[in-house]
Amino acid sequence: MDLEEAKEFKERCSQCAAVSWGLTDEGKYYCTSCHNVTEKSKEVINSSVIPNTKINTINRGLRKKRKHEKGWDWYVCEGFQYILYHQAEALKNLGVGSELKDEVLHSFWKRYLQKSKQAYCKNPVNTSGRKTKVLKDNLHCSDWASEPELLSGGDTDFALESGAEFQSDAQIPKDFPITKASQSGAASVCSGSLDGVEYSLRKEKGIVKMTVPRTLAFCYLSLLWQRETITLSDLLRFVEEDHIPYINAFERFPEEMKLYGRDKGIFAVESWPDYEEIYKNMIEVATFLDLPRFPEITEDCYLHPNILCMKYLMEVNLPDEMHGLTCQVVKMTGIGEVDFLTFDPIAKMKKTVKYDVQAVAVIVVVLKLLFLLDDNLEWSYSDLAETYNEEHKEDKPQFGFRKWYQVMKKTFDEKKQKWEEARAKYSWKSGKPLYHSHIDKSVAYKRREMVVNLQKQFSALVDSTPVVEKKGPSSFQFNWTEEDINRPCFHEHTLQGLLVKKGQSLKTKNSLYWLSTQKFCKSYCKHVTTYEESNFSLSYQFILNIFSFLLRIKTSILHEEVSLIEKKLFKKKYSESKKNSSRSKKIRRH
Amino acid sequence: MTMSDFSEQLTKPVTEDEQVETSVSSGTGMHFPWLQKQLETVVTGGKKKKDFAQTTSACLEFIQEALLRHQWQRAAEYMHSYLQTLEDSDSYKRQTAPEVIWKLGSEILFYHPKSNVETFNTFADRMKNIGVLNYLKISLQHALYLLHHGMFEDADRNLSQAETWRYGEKSSSQEVLINLVQAYKGLLQYYTWSKKKMELSEFDEDDYAYTSKSQNMLSQSCKTSVNICALIKVPGVWDPFVKSYVEMLEFYGDQDGARNVLTNYAYDEKFPSNPNAHIYLYDFLKREKAPRAKLISVLKILHEIVPSHKLMLEFHMLLRKSEKEEHRKLGLGVLFGVLDFAGCTKNKTAWRYLAKYLKLMLMESHTVWVQEEWNSRKNWWPAFHFSSFWAKTDWKEDTALAFEKAYVAGILLGKGCRYFRYILKQDHQILKKKIKRMKKSVKKYSIVNPGV
Repeated sequence: MDLEEAKEFKERCSQCAAVSWGLTDEGKYYCTSCHNVTEKSKEVINSSVIPNTKINTINRGLRKKRKHEKGWDWYVCEGFQYILYHQAEALKNLGVGSELKDEVLHSFWKRYLQKSKQAYCKNPVNTSGRKTKVLKDNLHCSDWASEPELLSGGDTDFALESGAEFQSDAQIPKDFPITKASQSGAASVCSGSLDGVEYSLRKEKGIVKMTVPRTLAFCYLSLLWQRETITLSDLLRFVEEDHIPYINAFERFPEEMKLYGRDKGIFAVESWPDYEEIYKNMIEVATFLDLPRFPEITEDCYLHPNILCMKYLMEVNLPDEMHGLTCQVVKMTGIGEVDFLTFDPIAKMKKTVKYDVQAVAVIVVVLKLLFLLDDNLEWSYSDLAETYNEEHKEDKPQFGFRKWYQVMKKTFDEKKQKWEEARAKYSWKSGKPLYHSHIDKSVAYKRREMVVNLQKQFSALVDSTPVVEKKGPSSFQFNWTEEDINRPCFHEHTLQGLLVKKGQSLKTKNSLYWLSTQKFCKSYCKHVTTYEESNFSLSYQFILNIFSFLLRIKTSILHEEVSLIEKKLFKKKYSESKKNSSRSKKIRRH
Repeated sequence: MTMSDFSEQLTKPVTEDEQVETSVSSGTGMHFPWLQKQLETVVTGGKKKKDFAQTTSACLEFIQEALLRHQWQRAAEYMHSYLQTLEDSDSYKRQTAPEVIWKLGSEILFYHPKSNVETFNTFADRMKNIGVLNYLKISLQHALYLLHHGMFEDADRNLSQAETWRYGEKSSSQEVLINLVQAYKGLLQYYTWSKKKMELSEFDEDDYAYTSKSQNMLSQSCKTSVNICALIKVPGVWDPFVKSYVEMLEFYGDQDGARNVLTNYAYDEKFPSNPNAHIYLYDFLKREKAPRAKLISVLKILHEIVPSHKLMLEFHMLLRKSEKEEHRKLGLGVLFGVLDFAGCTKNKTAWRYLAKYLKLMLMESHTVWVQEEWNSRKNWWPAFHFSSFWAKTDWKEDTALAFEKAYVAGILLGKGCRYFRYILKQDHQILKKKIKRMKKSVKKYSIVNPGV
């Protein structure tokens, strides 16, 4: 046995994870720590060719396979391109028009590569001088390329169009010194991609680096450009429900694109996307890409607050009649105007509208106008409505807050419980385990196999009837029908008892209001305001809770949005109140 | 090995895990459970906990809840997802995962209606090989499981395998575990030996079979002592091992060996305080017919640890017979001590001893001793022992007990006390004479003298 000779074998022992090998008489490695004998045997290798940090022990017969194992040469940005491609495909399957993928997302991406100097420019940052492998899947690339440019610009003669190659040989690096060319072998030790190591070290000022969450920013920008009927919260919910590839999106890379080492940090995500984060990313990306004014959001667009309010009123089971009130609030605050709604990355730096959050906030404001939500008035109005309904069984029922609360509370609690259970059961790990280096590869695979075996064992103990039937994607999360006694529908209920006639118009019976926020934060902190739950009425808390769950956002974000709308609503009111006091609302300090 | 023993083995560590999950060891053995959440954000540089960490810890909570409610099926369902913690990208969590999974998983498989020995074996074998550090612990618990199912030979084979497992440099930290594995093996051998001993008792001593059997037993016992010996030298509580080891030593006439083992087990300061150690030693010395002084010294320690132990009455008898003044005084204290415990309030013998001994002490005019013991108790014993409620119940349930207690009450509280008066009032034919005598005696000896 020769311990010296075995030193170059660096793989971890599958039994005890130690790296301490000896050689048996047959030339096989055994672990000096636990005496586990491996299948691998010592082979004489020319260590000048392969740096000694690599695995040096491959059975003779495996040498060819090894070449295959190494896979293609590929760049990090190609990885993101694959993810974007699959996300766009998924969106197409959700019913989004194919122009989104072929035109919009494509040009955004191209523009990104150009702006970040990765391609379509004179001195691309990561050229290696070697020809990058032509991806088998590049059909879609040429697809994209053949479509007319959406965002014009002088950038026409690009490699992508000419031959679906990421970089053409003509683009020889001029002022890009050492990086790849000479040492692609060594680099592959630390990442499967050619530029993984370098990419994760890159910290250039002014460059927005691609990350997995930013792929969603690209998707959302494209959806917004196309004025599709998907809001940001919908998009993120579809991600969470696995309708759009995101977690383990790298699983869809072709077999030959190997990921490990630094690629892990770039492509592996262990969290679902967060609304605020993606929203911020989206503005960053849009600014970085220097995008022009987006197509206008007019009254007939899905993202217009009037339409979204209708949608969310249906979703949270509130009377259709409330739509009139939401429209009025939208009008008074001016948030329905085209200039306000349309995203213009250059003009309106770092700001756009959270369409979904805003629409829901409008509904909250309307609920406050109608019921005050002070844990008192809403209940006394409910008594009146219940008495009325009791006495007028033939009439359209009046909307009662209490009944609605009871139904919503029950449904919402059940939904949330199910959601939490589903999250706890979520399977994060990919079938293709990611490892840090070749040393860890076999350990990582062995672990995976072990987990799979153990999982089989435990699933045998579970009743064979599948509990969760996978839901199809839907922009609605609740379903309210007249027939269901447990989930009665309030859409047809009237607001009669809550409004009084005043001359020609209707006025809310409740004439009081309290502001959600007294103080707005100064500009140097990034909040609009803070939300300390316990300072607010239980009804308000409840409403914020269900509405923010619906959008999968933090309650504080919705609270901020409500405050912003109130700011607009009452600023106008103040100035108007001098001239016209027909619909005056007293402002009560809370 | 009873069911409860085994489930305790399995369930106890789970609560330990919770501690691992929620608290941070500060290095001095102190735990700050509230610190954990704060630290997590510190470690991640203020970033929020990853959803992976969040959902897997939620998953753990669901499993624990399901286990608590005996919903084995539900627990298995969540377990399926929880297994991904074995692949946690946080290496610390990845390393601690196998133990948590083993504990949860073995509990589920122990109770799940669809589980069986085979399933359990497969699970245990898999878990043993994830991370070498758990091999011995799991092997041991696996063996206990097999024993619980009466699978003697399999358990033995398992322990033998564990015994020969090699783990390189990690061996020193696991020495106690190896000893434990060996000792359990020894215990199994003892069991076989013990069975053979039973068989042997049915044979005639002159029989040929007897000789061969006893030969066989001898070799068995040699192996056992080797196996157990190492363990019981390590400080710890090793009752079943010590007991069987001593039984074998005694059987083969090695009295000195047995005495050494027991003395060491009881007196070595490195060992944790363990009443059983003193009981075993006392029983052994009694068998040996050791002198009274020796027996007293052993029980004195037991008295300090467990003043309510049933051996205390025996201790009292020993002290009573002693000539030494301090022993006789202690004899009184021991009786009072026993009766301080709620579990002993109806111990008729204790009361009888106390009644007799009080009288004796007072006759010998050791009133100071009695006063000394009584002073610390006079505030609570009347309500604890001598209320009218107890007088009624005791009389109804056990007149003899009530009689003894009444006497003690009379002596300590005077003839005006409720308990005494109540018993006195009872018109009992057989006890009439006795009660009369008692009245007289109380009048004479009571430490409360209304006349003075």
